[in-house]
Parts: sequence; structure tokens; C-alpha cells
Amino acid sequence: MIGLTHYLVLSAVLFCIGLYGALTRRNAVIILMCIELMLNAVNITLVAFSSYIVPQLLTGQVFAIFVMVVAAAEVAVGLAIILAIFRHYKDIDIDNINLLKW
Amino acid sequence: MIPYQLVWAIMLLPLGAFIVNGLILRLFVNRKSPVYGYVTIGAIGLAAVFSVWALISVATNSEHLIAVPDVNWISIGTFNFHIGIMMDQLSALMVVVVSVVSLMVQIYSLGYMHHDEAGYYRYYTFMSLFTFSMLGLVLADNLLFTFVFWEMVGLCSYLLIGFWFHKPSAANAAKKAFIVTRLGDFGFLAGILILYFNTHTFDIAQLHSLAVAGVLGGSALTWACIGLFGGAIGKSAQFPLHVWLPDAMEGPTPVSALIHSATMVCAGVFLVARTMPMFVFSPEAIRIVAIIGGFTAIFAATMGLVANDIKRVLAYSTISQIGYMMLGLGAAGWAIAAEINSGALMGSGEEIIIIAKAAVAVGMFHLFTHAFFKSLLFMAAGSVNHATGTFDMRQMGGLRKTMPWTYVTFLIGSLSLAGIWPLAGFWSKDEILATAFTSQPVLFWLAMITVFLTAFYMFRAIFMTFHGEYKGGDPAADKKYAHTHESPWVMVAPLVFLALLAIGVGWWNVTGGFSSFMGHEAEAGHGFMAVFNIFTHTVNGVPLPLISLLIALFGIFAAYVIYIKKWITAKSIGKFFGPVYDVVRDKYYFDELYENVIVKIGLMKGLFTGFKLFDEKGVDGAVNGTAAVVVRGGKAIRQAQTGQLQLYGIFIGIGLVIITVCVLIWGM
Repeated sequence: MIGLTHYLVLSAVLFCIGLYGALTRRNAVIILMCIELMLNAVNITLVAFSSYIVPQLLTGQVFAIFVMVVAAAEVAVGLAIILAIFRHYKDIDIDNINLLKW
Repeated sequence: MIPYQLVWAIMLLPLGAFIVNGLILRLFVNRKSPVYGYVTIGAIGLAAVFSVWALISVATNSEHLIAVPDVNWISIGTFNFHIGIMMDQLSALMVVVVSVVSLMVQIYSLGYMHHDEAGYYRYYTFMSLFTFSMLGLVLADNLLFTFVFWEMVGLCSYLLIGFWFHKPSAANAAKKAFIVTRLGDFGFLAGILILYFNTHTFDIAQLHSLAVAGVLGGSALTWACIGLFGGAIGKSAQFPLHVWLPDAMEGPTPVSALIHSATMVCAGVFLVARTMPMFVFSPEAIRIVAIIGGFTAIFAATMGLVANDIKRVLAYSTISQIGYMMLGLGAAGWAIAAEINSGALMGSGEEIIIIAKAAVAVGMFHLFTHAFFKSLLFMAAGSVNHATGTFDMRQMGGLRKTMPWTYVTFLIGSLSLAGIWPLAGFWSKDEILATAFTSQPVLFWLAMITVFLTAFYMFRAIFMTFHGEYKGGDPAADKKYAHTHESPWVMVAPLVFLALLAIGVGWWNVTGGFSSFMGHEAEAGHGFMAVFNIFTHTVNGVPLPLISLLIALFGIFAAYVIYIKKWITAKSIGKFFGPVYDVVRDKYYFDELYENVIVKIGLMKGLFTGFKLFDEKGVDGAVNGTAAVVVRGGKAIRQAQTGQLQLYGIFIGIGLVIITVCVLIWGM
């Protein structure tokens, strides 16, 4: 029987992979993908809690949809920025994007 | 009975003149116009009329008091501070002295300042402000208010001594006067604070009651009184803070006549008189008053013997006479303090306050008479200067013939100051001598020698200035002053008026009228014959008035022998006394002591060098050290700030994990 714990473990694994990627990779596109991974891990948690604890309500699901909408918007902006950076530097390695560093 | 609004007007009229002169008239009128003088004279003249009315009201009123409602000035929480006027015998006497002398000086100044480059504008503006401050000082009913005006008269004194500020000597004298009196003011302020911390009131009448009731007493009262007297020493130029007054003669002569002889320098005497019911409960403090006063009287008189500048002679004379007043207050207070200590003085608190207040009659009477004849002497000296262009008596001589009015008035002033019967000074000085004789014999002998010295130096001044041959006046002025002339009537008229006062005001107390006005029990009147009967009057079997008169006459005779007959020349006396003469001529080296030893070595090399060291090592060290620690710390910590967001993210992640683990282990 698949219970709440399985979902939570899956979510935790996904989140950690996303976090690890976001903190260690140097490629901006991959960092963006990892952030998406973390958001989706959270979505799984929200939906799982909602359907196991208060099945008669849809709060978790609605929340997840909001997160997706925001994430879609964020990806659109993020990719646009990355595209602009790529056109300028011919590169998307974030170590080279240091113009505002002291 | 004068309405209380007019009592306020006494004080506020000169303030009005100050505002009109200083802020409004200057926009429309040339600064040399005499209009400024007319405004000031009008305001002060009206104030003088109200003052005399107030004095008569107080004298005829059975309570000897005019009640004036308070005005609320500051309210902070439960702390209420009122501006109030205390119109009793002492204030009534002082407002009359201040406003009448001030009026005479303002009229005189119209003539004296006529040729002055600076014009009337600044002069009369400051003079009005001074008169306002001085009247406020004597009318104030609480010590904080007194202190505010006390500082304001100090400021006006500074401004007026330095009136000719383009002369370095005047500018320096102004600074000296201000700084030296500040030393005393520090004591005054400390005294006020001690009183406030012990009683939570500034009100003089309340402080009197608390002192009598014994709530305020012991060392707190003694230190407070010594502090107040410290203020009086500074303002009244008593030893050891006397050094500023002779230099203050750099100011215009009418300023000297008003501020540095009759009014401001007597503020110290007034302050001690005002707080006398506190002083009598502190035998130590009242003893200091008597001793400082008696010592200053003779100390300053010796310096007056050898001064060649006529104004400086008068300045030393002023210091000496104020010493007399302090001696009068001190000796009378000392006697009462002794009675209180021995339990001989019985009575309710009210009665003791009245007795203590009445004890100031002796000193205050001398203040009253002295104000008139000393301002007269200063103004006559100014008249002499007007004719000769100098204050150096060695350049004068023979002015008796060309300046008869000045000569006669100066002579009357000198006779009064020397204490010659039946002029005002005789009566007031006699009171002080009698009081000192009964309570403090040592101080009495000092005072008696001073009588001789006073008569001598005043007549030395007269003989050098008015007798003999004229020596040409100011040598730098190129014969401009070769022919002397009498001053204009606007200067002579105040001299004549003050001369009449210098003759007559002493008769107020011939039958004890002044003493009973101040609160003594009325003595039996002897009528006009008392003026003559005074010589049969004895104190403890000694005919004091006769002796003091003879000693004064002997002083005059000695001056006559030396400066007219020249049986003995001044030079041979100087040679005879040798080193003593040098020491006195150099003012006992007090200026040198203060300047070279205390200021240059004590302050500059000692204290200020210490401060500088502390500033450089201590304060700068602390500031620079803090900065250095911050810089070094910042350099160390900034290694952590790589600017890599991902590294920060890792730290955030680690932190979150640690917090989560902690919550899981130790619970919510």
C-alpha cells in the first residue's frame, strides 16, 4: 500500500536533488531547471498532504496550481534573462556574470 | 500704595528702551543721533519715578511689602517655575539707587559721549539693557531668576568695558572682567544647586523659612552660603578676585560711574544681604564674609595710595568701600549668628527672619550712600577727562580755577567718602565702625586704618588734580587741551544733583529712620539736633564718631602736607618704604601671580598639558582604537563574503538543516 510517507520521501529526494543542483552547477539553464525541480517537489508535498489529511477539500491542489503559474512566469522571465546574457557574453556560465560584484 | 503693574513697569521700561533703541530706531535714525539718549532717559526717568513711589509705598505700608502676583514661566511635569517680584525694603532701596543713579548717568552721557566716534546708538542700547538687568536682579524673588540677571549684568559689563573694542587694552579688560567674574559665578551656581537639591525650591522667602526652621542647615547650608558668597566676591571685586575692576576702567567713564561703582559691583553686597537669614545660620560662612570684607577694605585702600590714574584711584576706593559694606554685613550677621548659637536669641521663625533681614541695614546703608557719592566722583573724573584728555593725575593740576563746578562737586564727593561730618559717608561709615567695634575688634582696627587711608588717597587725588599748576593735559594731543574749560551744563547738572544727595542722604539714619525702615524696632527720635549730638554719642564708653572723624581729618592733613606744602615729598616717602612701596605700586603682584603662575604655569603647563595629553592619548586613542578594531575585524570577516550566491545558498541550507535537527531533538 502506498501511503503518505512514500510521497513525502519522493518529494524529499526530488527537493534534495534540486537543491544540490542549484547550489553546485555553474550553468544557468541547469540551475533554473533545478529550481523547477524543487518547486515541483513542494507541489507533490502539498497535494499529498491535502489528499491524505483533508480529502474533502482541495486547498493543496489549488495551492499547487498557483505555484505552477508562478513558476511558469518565473521560467519565462528567467529564460529571457539567460537568453539576453547569452547574446551578450556568448556564454551562460554564472561565474563569468560578475559585473555587479565588488 | 503703588499698583503692582507699575512695579513690573520699573523693570520693563528700560527693557522697552533697549528694544526700541536696538531693534526699531536704528532703521530710521542715524547712529549718532541723540534720540537714542532721549528714549533711554525717558524710560529710566519714568522708572525712577515709579521706584521712588514704590520706596515710599513700602516705607509707609505696615507690612513693608508690596505683593506682586507671580507669572508662570515654565511647567515641566510637577516642576513649576515662576517669575516673581519681591518688593520689600531691600528691593525698594535698590531700585531707587539703580534707577536714580542710572538716570543721572544717562543724562551725563549725553554730554560725555557727544564727540564719540561710535555714536549714541550702541552705547544707549547697552545702557538700557544693563539698567533692565540690574533692576531685574534686585527685584527677582527666586535665586534662579537672580542668577539669570546676574549673568546679564555681567554680559552688559563686558559689552560696555569693551565699548571701544578697537583699543586692545579695552578688549582685554572686557575679557578679563568677564572671565574673572565667571570664576565667582561658578560658586554662585554651585550654591544655588546645593540649595535646590536640599530643598527643591529656588524661592528666596521659602529658603529663608527653611533655614530658620532648621530643615536646611549643617554643611549643606554652609557650602551653599560660601558658594553664594563666591559669586559675590567675583561680582563685587573682593579679594582675591579684585583684579578685574581696576582694568575695567578702560570703559567709558559714565559706564564706570554706573556699573563699576554704584550698581553692578554692589550686586554681591545685595546678594549677601538678600540671603542674610541663611547666612546667620552658618557661622563659618558669615565669618568669611566679615573677614574677606575687612581685609579687602584695607588691602585695596593701600593700592589706591599709589595709583596715578584718577579712575584707578576711584576703582581701588570702590573695592575698598565694598569691603566695608561686606564687613558691615558680616559683623552684624556674625553677632546674630553668635546669639543664635548661644541660644540668646529667642523667638518664632518669622521674628528671626525679620531680625536677620534688619541686620543688613548697616551694610546696605553704606551701599546706599556710597552709590551716590562714588558715581558723583566718577562722573566728576569724567568731566576732568573731558577737559584735559587724560586720566593721569600727573598731567593735571590747577583745574580748580577753570572748572569750579567740577571741583566743588568732586570735593563734596571726596569729603563724603572720607567720612567727614555731616556728609552722607560719615553716617554710614560710622554705623559700620560701631558694629565692627562691638563684635570684631581686629576687623574694627583694620577699618579704622582704612578711614585714614581713604581720606589720604582721596585728597591726594584732589590736590594733584585741582591744585597747583596745570601741567598741560594729554601730552599726545599736541596742545589741544592747553586751555581747560568747564563741562557743558548737561554734564554739570547731574553732578550737582548727586552732590546734593551725597550731602543729604545720610541724614535719613541720624535718628535711626533707615534702621527702622529696614525692620529694626524704631528708636526714639532726637529731632534735628541729633546731627550735632552725634559727637557725644559713645559705643561701649568710646566716642567712636569723634575718633573716626579726627582720623579722617588727619588723613586729609597728611595729604595736604605732602602734596601742597611739600614738607615731605612723595618721592622721599617712597624711598623710605622702599620695597614695600614697590610691592604696593605693582598691586601686590596679583596680576603677575594670576597671569604668570596660575595661568601660564598652573593652567597652560599643568592642567591644559594634562588635558592635551589625555585628549591625544586617551580620547583619540579610544576613537582610533575602536576604528582600528573595526577595520581589522572587517578585513577578517570579509573573506566569508565571496559574492557567490550559491555558496550563500549552501550556508542557508546548512543553517536550515541545523535548525530543523535542533527542533526535532529538543522539541518545539
